[in-house]
Amino acid sequence: MNLHEYQGKALFAEYNLPVSKGKIIFKAEDVIEACNEIGGSKWVVKAQVHAGGRGKAGGVELIDDPNEGVKFANKWLGKNLITYQTDKDGQPVNSILIEECTEIVKELYLSAVIDRESQKIVFIGSCEGGVNIEEVAKNAPEKIIYQGVTYGDKSLPEDATNIAKVLKLDEKQTDQFLPIIENLLRLFIEKDLSLLEINPLVINEKGDLHCLDAKINIDSNALYRQPELQDMYDESQEDPQEAEAAKSDLSYVSLDGNIGCMVNGAGLAMGTMDTIKFFGGNPANFLDVGGTATQERVAKAFKIILKDPEVKVVLVNIFGGIVRCDLIAEGIIAAIKEVDINIPVVVRLEGNNAEKGSKILSKANIKIESINNLSHAAKKAVELAK
Amino acid sequence: MSILVNKDTRLIVQGFTGSQGTLHSEQSIEYGTNIVGGVTPGKGGQIHLQKPVFNSVEEAIKEVEPNASIIFVPAKFCKSSIIEAAQAGIKLIICITEGIPTLDMLDIKKQIDELGVRLIGPNCPGVITPGEAKLGIMPGNIHKPGSIGIISRSGTLTYEAVKQTTDLGFGQSSCVGIGGDPIPGSSFIDMLKLFEEDDQTEAIVMVGEIGGNAEESAAEFIKSNITKPVISYIAGKTAPAGKRMGHAGAIIAGGKGTAEDKIKKLKECGVHIADNLVSIGSKVDEILKS
Repeated sequence: MNLHEYQGKALFAEYNLPVSKGKIIFKAEDVIEACNEIGGSKWVVKAQVHAGGRGKAGGVELIDDPNEGVKFANKWLGKNLITYQTDKDGQPVNSILIEECTEIVKELYLSAVIDRESQKIVFIGSCEGGVNIEEVAKNAPEKIIYQGVTYGDKSLPEDATNIAKVLKLDEKQTDQFLPIIENLLRLFIEKDLSLLEINPLVINEKGDLHCLDAKINIDSNALYRQPELQDMYDESQEDPQEAEAAKSDLSYVSLDGNIGCMVNGAGLAMGTMDTIKFFGGNPANFLDVGGTATQERVAKAFKIILKDPEVKVVLVNIFGGIVRCDLIAEGIIAAIKEVDINIPVVVRLEGNNAEKGSKILSKANIKIESINNLSHAAKKAVELAK
Repeated sequence: MSILVNKDTRLIVQGFTGSQGTLHSEQSIEYGTNIVGGVTPGKGGQIHLQKPVFNSVEEAIKEVEPNASIIFVPAKFCKSSIIEAAQAGIKLIICITEGIPTLDMLDIKKQIDELGVRLIGPNCPGVITPGEAKLGIMPGNIHKPGSIGIISRSGTLTYEAVKQTTDLGFGQSSCVGIGGDPIPGSSFIDMLKLFEEDDQTEAIVMVGEIGGNAEESAAEFIKSNITKPVISYIAGKTAPAGKRMGHAGAIIAGGKGTAEDKIKKLKECGVHIADNLVSIGSKVDEILKS
């Protein structure tokens, strides 16, 4: 689960990290009061969406008159911001973060992730911030450090110093940096993060380190023990079908093609998409209907797939393991009748009682192509989608 | 021979009396697995599926001398269940449960490594040695004793590989689902080592997917350490970047972990690639008959 910048910064403040004084507003008429409350004569207004690249897309502005902030809010609130990280429709802007302006002397990069290979939390730092870090990794890898850390480990100060060197921090900044690393690591562990990114971490005109951005992802598997973070979930930033699927505990990702896919198992679902592509078709989605594939879940899955107007045919691919294919077949028939589907459905059943299952499907008085060979089933779906 | 489990495996089930534990234990017993008991705190002394129930793994060890444990408890209790089994002295733990927080797995992995315990999973179908023992949720009837060792990050894709190698008459020595999480208890490399040493295994099928670099590391390992033919299929060529594809570990992040990169690396290291999921079996056939 992703957080907005303002939510991330609230967490930063809770963990004593240096962030700007700011206010979040949801209505344009609140801008002036917010600017007055923050004080000063210059502010930054930042559209809040779950995507990077906001600055270049016009979603961040520097203002020296609160009325310009009102104009900015009127321009963006309720609209979609399109950046290089969003799809073509962009992400809806429902709130704007107003902050006191920070004089930037230098921009740096700092992030933390769980590294699969070393099986540690790893900090990634670079003296080049405010830019796309993947570009830096490609063009100037010597400017990036990957430093594994362990909370409570005696070597943490040394690890932090290693990063500080690559960030080219002076003595005072290095002293500030150690508690920053400690607090970020504590935040990462206590809040079950999977990613934390500060791009840019800046040096301000006083020569102090300051967190100018905050990107935070939370491990969805750990949300059960993070109730206050659960409340920060913003459904408006999710693909509506994906959000709908998530509510039914179905794993769904929408894609650009026109062949709807319903599969049991995440690996097989990806394999099915690849098979469709292999035979010249284009999958409309990834969908893992789960191990049990009951009528209820299959019906729900059909409803989600069919909300995509591009879908011309649905390929159902089920490997019946513990649940027998004849039972799954009955569930599919009942679900198709329940949802009232009027596009072709190709069903491939394999595994336990597969033949019995396909017999039930072919005898049913509905439009189903029952094909037990996956290549043939995929080819048929590709043909029907043309 | 086989790897990890066989007819001498004495298994206990943690989460024995729950719905998942009960369903899959019944099927495993029917398959011939020697389940010697189960653990459900607070239900010690009861009999379930004609086997004794214990309050703790320690109690079970004293009474029925198990040498392996399978875990079906909910994700939030998995850390304590795995650590309990490991500290009590069980050397092989299989965790089926999906949804364990990644930071829990970092802790678990550190502790089991220190204790010298082998963990398979989590978020996996388990391990089967056809005809001998089934420690997991896979359908037993598609397997057949034979010569192919199978390792996979995905459940149903493993079943596809099993079905195809059974239909072509090869059968399997053992099949291991290492699971779809970012931090698995055991890696492809751990299992490749075991299959290399196993006399019964003539070829190894490795089913991978997008995300991380486990396949790339395995490719390097295969190049210098594995003499048996390895056939690999990688799922997720059509997966978009930055989206989690069901499994917690199946995500292309920062342009890394794509199917193309994995396939390229595997090919460079001499691994045979099945370029379509329906051709895993025929690729094995082609390699073993050439």
